[in-house]
Amino acid sequence: MSWWRSRRTRDVLFQAALLIGVALLIAAMATNAIATMERQRIASGFAFLDNTAGFDVIQTLVPYDESSTYGRVLLVGVLNTLLVAAIGIVLATLLGFVIGIGQLSSNWLIARLCRVYVETLRNTPLLLQLFVWYFAVLRALPYPRESWNLFDAAFLNNRGLYLPRPMPETDFGLVLIGLVAGVLAAVWFSMRSLEQREKTGQAPPTLPVNLALVVLPPLLVSAGLGFPLTFSMPVLAGFNFEGGVVVLPELIALVVALATYTASYIAEIVRAGIEGVAKGQREAAQAVGLTRGQTLRLVIVPQAMRQIVPPLTSQYLNLTKNSSLAVAIAYPDLVSVFAGTSLSQTGQAIEIIAITMGVYLTISLLTSALMNWYNARIALTER
Amino acid sequence: MTPRPPPHQPMPGPIEWLRENLFSTPLNAVLTLLALVLIWSIVAPFVQWALIDAAFEGKSREDCLRREGACWPFVIERLGQIIYGFYDGTERWRVDIAYLLLAAGLFWLTFPRLPGKWAIGGIMLTAYPIAALIMLVGGVLGLPQVPTERWGGLLLTLVVAVTGIVASLPLGILLALGRRSELPVVRWLSIAFIELWRGVPLVTVLFMAANMLPLFLPGGVTINKLLGALIAVALFSSAYMAEVVRGGLQAIDKGQFEAASAVGLGYWRAMGLVILPQALRLSIPNIVGNFIGLLKDTTLVSIIGLFDLLGIIQAGTASAEWATPNTAYTGYVFAGVVFWVMCFGMSRYAKHMEDILKAGEQR
Amino acid sequence: MTNGCAVELIGVNKWFKTFHVLRDINLAVASRERVVICGPSGSGKSTLIRCINGLERHEQGKVIVEGQELTEEVGQVEAVRRNVGMVFQQFNLFPHLTALENCTLAPMWVRRMPKKQAEELAMSFLERVHIPEQASKYPGQLSGGQQQRVAIARALTMEPHIMLFDEPTSALDPEMIKEVLETMVELAETGMTMLVVSHEMGFARTVADRIAFMDHGEIVEDATPQEFFNNPKSERTKEFLGQILR
Repeated sequence: MSWWRSRRTRDVLFQAALLIGVALLIAAMATNAIATMERQRIASGFAFLDNTAGFDVIQTLVPYDESSTYGRVLLVGVLNTLLVAAIGIVLATLLGFVIGIGQLSSNWLIARLCRVYVETLRNTPLLLQLFVWYFAVLRALPYPRESWNLFDAAFLNNRGLYLPRPMPETDFGLVLIGLVAGVLAAVWFSMRSLEQREKTGQAPPTLPVNLALVVLPPLLVSAGLGFPLTFSMPVLAGFNFEGGVVVLPELIALVVALATYTASYIAEIVRAGIEGVAKGQREAAQAVGLTRGQTLRLVIVPQAMRQIVPPLTSQYLNLTKNSSLAVAIAYPDLVSVFAGTSLSQTGQAIEIIAITMGVYLTISLLTSALMNWYNARIALTER
Repeated sequence: MTPRPPPHQPMPGPIEWLRENLFSTPLNAVLTLLALVLIWSIVAPFVQWALIDAAFEGKSREDCLRREGACWPFVIERLGQIIYGFYDGTERWRVDIAYLLLAAGLFWLTFPRLPGKWAIGGIMLTAYPIAALIMLVGGVLGLPQVPTERWGGLLLTLVVAVTGIVASLPLGILLALGRRSELPVVRWLSIAFIELWRGVPLVTVLFMAANMLPLFLPGGVTINKLLGALIAVALFSSAYMAEVVRGGLQAIDKGQFEAASAVGLGYWRAMGLVILPQALRLSIPNIVGNFIGLLKDTTLVSIIGLFDLLGIIQAGTASAEWATPNTAYTGYVFAGVVFWVMCFGMSRYAKHMEDILKAGEQR
Repeated sequence: MTNGCAVELIGVNKWFKTFHVLRDINLAVASRERVVICGPSGSGKSTLIRCINGLERHEQGKVIVEGQELTEEVGQVEAVRRNVGMVFQQFNLFPHLTALENCTLAPMWVRRMPKKQAEELAMSFLERVHIPEQASKYPGQLSGGQQQRVAIARALTMEPHIMLFDEPTSALDPEMIKEVLETMVELAETGMTMLVVSHEMGFARTVADRIAFMDHGEIVEDATPQEFFNNPKSERTKEFLGQILR
């Protein structure tokens, strides 16, 4: 058999040709890009990250002003995205679980309502829902001079939700240490009482003790140091508020839209997970004397979680990616300030979009890796 | 032997039903009442706004300002734009034909017991897009050309969605096969491609098509904005389609490929005649699910300046011509209903197919 | 090779990772010969016959089918498979095709036979296995025994010179084993070269020209049925016979 008729040779040749083809394609694209960028006098390279951005961003979790660099804009964008994602994920999970379990309720009306919720939100575009929330939120809220007033501490108007800003003084760190110590003590205590319950069947009352452990130490430290925490209160000055911290209406609309939309998917996942637990499990648990609540908590949900967690993390990822719709309502997330404003100012599309995609890709791959590790771990504990 | 008396089963009367399903426990009773209050507080004002107080007749914002409810004339007057975008008035029949062919094809594919579904599917994926393209663009066969800048509304939405599905199916199948290949280069390239598009938001891919793609083309070649969006959507949805097909392939017994090989079929013939028909059939519910997602995702093209259904309505609500307090809500409700009908209909079909496939498995 | 040898395995070795599944196999099957391969599960019987049509690749030694050695050469395995038919334990019928279409698929697409001719050919084999009336049924509508007979017809429609059987009756309910074995006996009587992996000793006694006993990857004994049952040479053979002929 001649060498060129060997299957192995053909496979190697084919793969080599494929690689060369891909390389050629990339080379062609690169050459074109360089030529075009030269012609249009667009800079290249990542040096632009040190240049001054010069535009204003209405929400920044880190210090930012007109002299900040594009690198800082990138950081601001990423943090704003993570903020939306974090709040959205928490709310979506809570809402999703409630509605998911509600779909299985024995109350016909509740079950139907939850079903209607899921079917309505899942079958309309998220962007449309975002516009509706944004529009509704903006329209419903009054001008700053006529803000809705909550105990003179919080104010809601169409510029946002104004809350008191905590201003920690230098000794506040000690209070935080007290808090951490309290939390650690509570965790230790919970573990010990679990051990004790397993040994003797009795356990000390964990909830009150834990509560005390978490609350008392920071409180006592605080008192000892003279309460090193003040608040900057929002105060109406002219047409707007000063001081305090503001939660943008864009953020509110985005979080609400993302949370309600993703909750409809989470509800389905939860429902499928719980229904997937074999019916015999519930019967066995009740036969052995557990109440309905205990059955749910100790038998059904732990098994359902196995089915729920992987698609749940998928939804968290989707929520994070969907937060990029912020650009449609001008919330300053990563896409908005970096792939939007910064790109139009510098023209360096390749670098900027590459970085933006890179951020999301990193988040996705990290989450996948975490998910694989988790799956491998629970697989090991099965027979 | 005396026959066994029939079991006593009282028909559940309405009172019984209410008691069992709505008021079985005190907690349920409270929940039911709360739910009823919730429903009433949402539905009643909505019906008031949408129907009772709404304006139905009229040609301008004055007619809407007279009423307190929805401004339906806004939708009615702009219906042409909503369905066709800015497509030349005299040529709209071409769009109608494209719509009709699409509806006919979908009907044939989904209605049970109609023969030749695979053939129709093949036609819808190959001949139809080409025919529709010729119809819509024109410039040949004596049809005046209609530049894509004039396409908008429902037309644009469907063009993007259908292109997405038509492109992502073959590409997704190739990627799914590539991902399962034994050749490492093929496998890793497939994985990289799939994970790249699945890991980034569609918005960034659209930005990439709008801003980055023009840079990669040889000097002087410009890219039509719609074409860029179509490429972006095709790449993006092919990655998701690849995962769907991969799921279908994994469900096929290994013995099928062995039997096909043993009887003399090579790799591609075995795939095309034996494996893929089975895998694709199993994947239908998820493919439809992908299409639903795609339909909703088309709204994102409005972010890069294309006037899809949502974009046209948005533009309308911002225009001075129709500025009333109710215009925006009316537009959004209308858009919502249109999308909901399309997506819900498809999800029912997907569920129906899923049930059929599950029943088939049990046999 | 012109010595009428249908299948020759010379010094064949194969490993699954570190597990030595085929140890130095030497086997020759003449044309028109019927060989039954038996042995305890895990002995490598299936792997052995799957090496003959390339579903498994041997790592050392030579596998020669009708004078052609199986190598890495492009297109070779497909050429061999055109002349070697295989029947699987799990039938592996194509569920989306009717019985007739299962049979005509390969002739139409591999031998480029026109549809009408392929259908006539397929029907003749479906008649041979006594189920012509099931031609337009789907596998899901057939019993296990009927499905396996369709599988046999499917393999025969390619008009192979050699037929391989991988435990063809092991997945069948007892009452259907008989109909499939009868079909196989009829096939043997037409002079087909057959290699059958099976536990059915009755079939082996009636039909086989030789019985090969495999254990732990080796062919321990290779003899005529007469000698195999009445005068087994190896201890392991005796043990095996003792267990299954109880």
